[in-house]
Amino acid sequence: MAKKKNTEEPAAQPTGGLFAYAPAPESPAAAGDIATSYGHFIGGEFVDSSGSEALKTVNPATEQVLAEFAQGTDEDVDRAVAAARKAFADWSALPGSERAKYLFRIARIIQERSRELAVLESIDNGKPIRETRDVDLPLVAAHFFYYAGWADKLDYAGFGASPKPLGVAGQVIPWNFPLLMLAWKIAPALATGNTVVLKPAETTPLTALRFAEICRQAGLPKGVVNIVTGDGRTGAALTAHPDVNKVAFTGSTPVGRAIAKQLAGTRKKLSLELGGKAANIVFDDAPIDQAVEGIVNGIFFNQGHVCCAGSRLLVQESIQDELLDALKRRMATLRVGDPLDKNTDIGAINSAEQLARITALTDAGEAEGAERWSPACELPGTGFWFKPTLFTGVSQAHRIAQEEIFGPVLSVLTFRTPAEAVEKANNTPYGLSAGIWTEKGSRILWMANKLKAGVVWANTFNKFDPTSPFGGYKESGYGREGGRHGLEAYLDV
Amino acid sequence: MSTVAANAPGVAGSGLQDVAASEASLRRFLHGLPGVDQVGLEARAATLGTRSIKTTAKAYAIDLAISMIDLTTLEGADTVGKVRALCAKGRTPDPTDPTTPRVAAICVYPDMVATAKDALRGTDIQVASVATAFPAGRAALPVKLADTADAVAAGADEIDMVIDRGAFLSGRYLDVFNEIVAVKEACKRPDGTSAHLKVIFETGELQTYDNVRRVSWLAMLAGADFIKTSTGKVAVNATPPVTLLMLEAVRDFRAQTGVQVGVKPAGGIKTTKDAMKYLVMVNETLGDDWLTPHWFRFGASSLLNDLLMQRQKLTTGRYSGPDYVTVD
Repeated sequence: MAKKKNTEEPAAQPTGGLFAYAPAPESPAAAGDIATSYGHFIGGEFVDSSGSEALKTVNPATEQVLAEFAQGTDEDVDRAVAAARKAFADWSALPGSERAKYLFRIARIIQERSRELAVLESIDNGKPIRETRDVDLPLVAAHFFYYAGWADKLDYAGFGASPKPLGVAGQVIPWNFPLLMLAWKIAPALATGNTVVLKPAETTPLTALRFAEICRQAGLPKGVVNIVTGDGRTGAALTAHPDVNKVAFTGSTPVGRAIAKQLAGTRKKLSLELGGKAANIVFDDAPIDQAVEGIVNGIFFNQGHVCCAGSRLLVQESIQDELLDALKRRMATLRVGDPLDKNTDIGAINSAEQLARITALTDAGEAEGAERWSPACELPGTGFWFKPTLFTGVSQAHRIAQEEIFGPVLSVLTFRTPAEAVEKANNTPYGLSAGIWTEKGSRILWMANKLKAGVVWANTFNKFDPTSPFGGYKESGYGREGGRHGLEAYLDV
Repeated sequence: MSTVAANAPGVAGSGLQDVAASEASLRRFLHGLPGVDQVGLEARAATLGTRSIKTTAKAYAIDLAISMIDLTTLEGADTVGKVRALCAKGRTPDPTDPTTPRVAAICVYPDMVATAKDALRGTDIQVASVATAFPAGRAALPVKLADTADAVAAGADEIDMVIDRGAFLSGRYLDVFNEIVAVKEACKRPDGTSAHLKVIFETGELQTYDNVRRVSWLAMLAGADFIKTSTGKVAVNATPPVTLLMLEAVRDFRAQTGVQVGVKPAGGIKTTKDAMKYLVMVNETLGDDWLTPHWFRFGASSLLNDLLMQRQKLTTGRYSGPDYVTVD
């Protein structure tokens, strides 16, 4: 337990007095025209659903309905898979250098339209414009550029001569990084010669539908990319479709498990990127100020809606008080509010459902005896919001130390020795990511070897790059996305 | 002489009073400070640089920045006429708009202190003088002390000294410490008051961020009233990451000792946009307590005109151009 009381508010809130930032809102109009209702994108055309059910996507910061979109039916999925199948023969027969041209073109259009896409993503998802502008969109373009470069070099990727594509890829993506997850799925699939049917999440379909426009603008052959919208039922229809050769899913572990069961015994190739409960481990010789930034970036980036979020802070007991004081002081400067304000650090929670889940888990944390702390900050009256929250006095047995919260909530645990840190970090069914903070290089290497996590960050956190493979151990899934390794998921090897 | 000097009241109660008792204890302390991760520090400074400062916030920040400027001329070609012109500019930065704040200080070489003092009579603008064989600091200690005493005797309100970078880089921390203590002593006036001491590190020569954190603590322990990045005379002067690191150092120093120390980035800050980034760093690292000319300064010359042009644009809605501000 902490020697000092951790319940008291920090001495003074460092910002907000003399130098208060005036609102600096990005214009919502920059998002371009949002239609009142959307159908699917199949065979290069925007088409109506065969069914009549429509879903609504709302702006989580205002709760206003942005658009209606179709709930994809079995028949819609069938049409989309047929279109992808039809396009596969020609697309896979194209020389890699020709496929690369389309991908480079898409990447450039994304860069040209990045402001529009960033604003649209912020409106539909609730994440701050600073992140869509400075993180999501640059990474989306970089991913297409990167895999465009591989398209004509597959012979040299280490999978033998002329590795063959799998065929039609059915891809289901989550709502936390709508466009970035789309890029992670579509770019390698297309570079290797597959065609795709992608289902975006039911709370964030808009940027995927805008991406469909970009495919048309780039002159991508019809049927190479198909977008079918809808909720989990549409996703299940897609992953179950008999003419799909490859399923790629990013989302929750329960759904991933269901897909794995559904696909058992079929010839479909499967890659899963699921939940996480990453440990961010801070040793007493860490660069403290940067560690505090890394902790903040690890859990409050994207409202904590990050599968690899550093949601468990493991801090060496000898510096616990010092580190927590610094962390609270820093948390008090986080700016929560309008996602379109360029100075917002933490935006809106993506949906009422997710907010309810975060609330339930944090309530459980309090009920189980952990100590809860949030900085004083005002939340807007409408929309879905959650204060950045810190739990101290957390033990391994608490639900908030075990279950993925997927929100801006950090659980603080302590350790005494490196061995104990490893043991506690690995004591979770997940294994997606971990962070190590120490000035000692040898300890970083020792820890990285022991940690059962697909990504281990040293003296940084939540850094992504298209050249670096990303994926999990244990119940965080299998298969890798990004880098040379990411090609394997879409090749018949 | 190796005792903790002027800041003693706060330092005494903080467990730091024996830090400079010997070369070994000072080295142990400085090397025991937390390390600085270069990538993380630079990333944080860059993120703060993306803050968007608009309308009322911009107006506030422009006026604050003007009031924090140490308007500087440090040239071999300086003349009485040049210094007088600069002082006039400091008094009335924008003759077309009397609501424009005055600068904080005029910064000159010691031989120009009397001229500046005379030209600023009747204002509260401070006269800052560089000293201690500025900018290289390569002179014997008695020469540096005489240089300082001369400037103070001529009426300097503030002394901007340079540290002995050679001594620091060769690990002779106690020499650097003792020199600061001695210069601080030389800042004293006969009436018992003392000129404000700013200690220049020349961070472009110290190079590493670990060195910047160590030298910041060293100078604060030795009694610096202000810590300052650069002379403006080397290739790399103030940068946002170096300044952010120094802001963190004064924050931590006050938390531990209760003594507040000011920060002055100098050199290379030329535009309003640059100045905004620095003020954002002060705001989000230190808060209101440092958002005054008493605790934060810009060492600059061309920055003032850009601030004035942006100020005119805010008031008139038009960008007038460089012919509508005075060239001094």
